[in-house]
Amino acid sequence: MENRAEMSVGEISIISDEDVILARQKVRLQAQEMGFSLLNQTRLVTAVSELARNIVVHAKEGKVSVFKARAGDKTGLKVVFEDRGPGIPDIEKAMEEGFSTVGSMGIGLKGARRLVDEFDIKSFPGKGTTVTIKKWL
Amino acid sequence: MSEVTILKMGKNIIVPIQVELHDRAALRLQEDILKKIEETESTGLIIDVSAVSVVDSFLGRLLGETAKMARLIGAETVLVGMKKEVVITLIQLGMVIKDLHTAINIEDGMVLLERLKSGRPSIQEQEV
Repeated sequence: MENRAEMSVGEISIISDEDVILARQKVRLQAQEMGFSLLNQTRLVTAVSELARNIVVHAKEGKVSVFKARAGDKTGLKVVFEDRGPGIPDIEKAMEEGFSTVGSMGIGLKGARRLVDEFDIKSFPGKGTTVTIKKWL
Repeated sequence: MSEVTILKMGKNIIVPIQVELHDRAALRLQEDILKKIEETESTGLIIDVSAVSVVDSFLGRLLGETAKMARLIGAETVLVGMKKEVVITLIQLGMVIKDLHTAINIEDGMVLLERLKSGRPSIQEQEV
């Protein structure tokens, strides 16, 4: 069994554009403190921006939770994006390049996935969506 | 009015973005830029993003659109100062910003702008 642990370092409720910036700043600060390179900070914060925006655009409200994570000898940041919006009926289609129901150019999900090390999405139509990303140091 | 200062220098407008823009603020800035071009009949626009640490798909698309819009009202645009981390991230994100002229800093941006205006672009045009 791999040695896994995580510790919450903050939670931001997302209801407006301004909250997306707050989530970005929170993650940026944590990533800086943990010693992420500037490039990896930028990748992570950009992914956070895309995914937090999805909450505002598709679900109106939700929350972003930030964790310090450890798995085996890796440490890093885990960020969870939760909403109780309409959910995504077809995740595979939503992950396709160019697909978007609300004209955000369909880059959001797939693009964000490329910027992080681990990406997980769970969605239940009518109940909401949870996206979890991890970036290791 | 947006929180970003819009400077006028001769026939050009310079926009140094010094704050993190949320989506509505970015849209407001786009409007303010176009209004300023119209009011001052400027023929050149420089957007300086050297202090911008995140350009995501929304801001990236908006910058590209702003350049297209500016051209339709008679101004050429040069985007200057994009950081290498931002550029790498934008490309990995999958952004395609076409027909956007770029330069490393404001000084080079001004030179490129004058060349673009005279219709003889000799610096290789770039596509991001």
